[in-house]
Amino acid sequence: MQQQDYASQIHRCFRCGYCKFPTDYSSLNCPAYRRFRFDTYSTGGRLWLIYGWLKGDVEWSERLAEILYTCTTCKNCTEQCPMKFAPDIVDWIVGARSDMVEKGKIPPRVARFFEAVYGYGNPYKLLRDDRAAWANGTKIYAPGDEYLLYVGCLGSYDENGQRMARSLADVLNAAGVSFGILGNDEECCGNEVYMMGEMGLFQTLVEKNNQKFKEHGVKKIVTLSPHAYNVMKNRYPSLGASFEVYHYSQLLADLIKENKVKLSPNKAKVTYQDPCFLGRYNQIYEEPRKILCSIPGLELMEMEKNRADAFCCGGGSGNFIMDLLAGGQDSPARIRIRDAYATGADTLAVACPSCLAMFTDAVKSEGLEDKLTVKDISQIVLESLPTRRH
Amino acid sequence: MNDVLEALVKIVGKDFASNHHEERYFYGRDPGLMTPHEADYVVMPKTTEEVQQIVKLANKEKVSIVPKGAGLALTGLVIPLRGGIVMDMKRMDKIIEVNEGARYVVVEGGVSNGALRDHLNKHYPDLRHSVPEAPPITTIAANVVIHGQGRLTNQYGFNSDMVNGLEVVLPTGDVCKIGSCSVGPFWFSKGPPLPDLSGLFLGWLGTTGILTKVGLKLYPKKKMKDLEILVTDKEDLIPYIIYKITHTEMVEDLAIWAQERPLMFRGNYHINIFLTADSEDELEMKRKMVYDSVQAYVDSRDAGFMTINLDMRHDFMDNPQKSMTAFADVRKGGGFEYAGPIIPMELYPECARKVAELAVKYKVVYGGSGRVIHGGHCMMFSFAYTFNRANQDEMGRARKALHEAAEFVADKGGLLWKPNIDEQKIMMERMDPNTLELMMSIKKLLDPNGIMNPGNWEAR
Repeated sequence: MQQQDYASQIHRCFRCGYCKFPTDYSSLNCPAYRRFRFDTYSTGGRLWLIYGWLKGDVEWSERLAEILYTCTTCKNCTEQCPMKFAPDIVDWIVGARSDMVEKGKIPPRVARFFEAVYGYGNPYKLLRDDRAAWANGTKIYAPGDEYLLYVGCLGSYDENGQRMARSLADVLNAAGVSFGILGNDEECCGNEVYMMGEMGLFQTLVEKNNQKFKEHGVKKIVTLSPHAYNVMKNRYPSLGASFEVYHYSQLLADLIKENKVKLSPNKAKVTYQDPCFLGRYNQIYEEPRKILCSIPGLELMEMEKNRADAFCCGGGSGNFIMDLLAGGQDSPARIRIRDAYATGADTLAVACPSCLAMFTDAVKSEGLEDKLTVKDISQIVLESLPTRRH
Repeated sequence: MNDVLEALVKIVGKDFASNHHEERYFYGRDPGLMTPHEADYVVMPKTTEEVQQIVKLANKEKVSIVPKGAGLALTGLVIPLRGGIVMDMKRMDKIIEVNEGARYVVVEGGVSNGALRDHLNKHYPDLRHSVPEAPPITTIAANVVIHGQGRLTNQYGFNSDMVNGLEVVLPTGDVCKIGSCSVGPFWFSKGPPLPDLSGLFLGWLGTTGILTKVGLKLYPKKKMKDLEILVTDKEDLIPYIIYKITHTEMVEDLAIWAQERPLMFRGNYHINIFLTADSEDELEMKRKMVYDSVQAYVDSRDAGFMTINLDMRHDFMDNPQKSMTAFADVRKGGGFEYAGPIIPMELYPECARKVAELAVKYKVVYGGSGRVIHGGHCMMFSFAYTFNRANQDEMGRARKALHEAAEFVADKGGLLWKPNIDEQKIMMERMDPNTLELMMSIKKLLDPNGIMNPGNWEAR
């Protein structure tokens, strides 16, 4: 259905270029266009190339497919496009990818991503038995627990993501939240698989996860990653899911508001990166800021482009692994590190394991690791718990 | 790798030169109706020196060069009609200098209108430039090369009239400075009191050189702005009403529009009157003067001021006007093009009738709009037609409507703005032969190898 939709609509892009900008037109805000600068890498370029491919004017090539997969599906284009079809742009990109997947015409890095998820349940090709290696005694979900903490692939296998998962689990324990994890039984959420267009694999993952959630009697899920939050909130329900889902920033904000998490002073100067799948996809802009601002002494310093105008880290649509936008100082993560540093902050706070992974590498590439620390919000909260500071 | 690509890579680096089919395809077309022609190479220089080296290479290899900003003229002016190199200028994106006291800015050849607007908003809130209604990615340099217009055109003329100096890479690869910057550090004049050489490059559509720097006049940015819309169903009255309003010299911008969709607008002509001021008193005084100037038409019930709802006000006050771009997809087809001739005000009624007549004849949807230039000496009249990009037949009909509009206006004595190659022929056929000869001689003198955007401004 989706493929038909995109094929019959994609000619409507005028390639006006609004999609390249943030609201104030101050700089280029499409990560792939900013990285490569050929118009072909902008949303308009991509849509015109896909239309050319559908008409037979442009032959498929690995490069054409790579151009398609350099889109991080950050949704800046949707925010800025003046046309009525703006909300559909990402669906068109996903539809075209899906078409290429069905025809077996995808770049090797994309194929390897799918093979890994299919074979190992994660894109790293790491053992399923090691999925809970991060957990350090975190309890397994049992009937009666209020929340299932869904950690996801980055939280399970990526070194930075594991640190993030541990600190979130510690904060939840400190707040007395009733929760558990699935441990080695957890499966990839499928958000990236969906965005990359492998619809068969996506359906399989959703069915498996829904089945497990049902078997365990899960009613509420709290996710570490905005990517998992997005797919579970917006895609799972149409495939039979019946649970409530929250991003951990929503839960933490509530816990702080209800005084279940008490915070001691922390004199950090912090700037915050809005994750695309939390912000532009789900309009969750304030909860992470409320958490940070509730820490006594913490100074929140906004980057010039924030909220719906935030510049993507470059990790979306599987690029936290494939990294098709890597290389040089114009890679999105390095640009964003410079934005963060320009605020005068000493800490870049994130609320997404993909952002954490991308920025942890980028801060080193920029030679700023002594001046700017990249931390997840749960890490900052954990460090601000009275028990930690005294 | 072939020799030309290898040489381009040596000049700009491997990331910024391409002969891949994806770039050749995309840079071989624009959003309008002209027939595409693929580029052989696309290159993105960062400095004037790189532009010079590329031009010298093109001369040596006898390869043509098409300089390109955003490519949104819609009339095929950056389609490489004979292949060769498309030079995407947008990496030359530095705003070099703002001279606040003398009210001018110097920008590199790829700086976008959006970036300059933002820079001034943030750092020089008392200054503004004449922002075109085109999308913000359009470049300052390309806009002045095509004699573009903007929000300040009624007050100060074509945007090219606001040029204060140029740095140009000539078709030979030499760099030339035009205006006061050629004799000193300041960019306060494009020519006067010296001979004005900017005319060798403005309006030539990239056939006589590549603008690598542009000095541009800035103007006071008033603290408040407002909009009034006067509506009449009598197109014959428009020139008289405009004459009355422009006599007040109180108006920032004057734009006239008529369209058949939504249906409530059909049969009416709307005059957008933009007012700016530094105080409520000043705004009220200007508003009163405008009201007074057209009171007779209101009293006779030939015209009236319309109530503007909040969304509409927001759309019109936006600059650039996003809703204007959205016209392309008004019928879910993703395409529109306009012939935008420059006409004396008295031709407005005939043009207004013609745009609607052609829409009926060719079964396309129209929008007819005009912008008053420099207090009413002339106006740009846009014959705009939408088309469905997936419907070849409709595209053909829109193309015919535009061509007929161009011939109609040229026969009446209008000048075709940013003319496509067919419209250039229409102009040259009607031009005084000695004028045409002079144009061709200048072009030949500047571009002996004929490498600059060939196919444009070419007489048989």
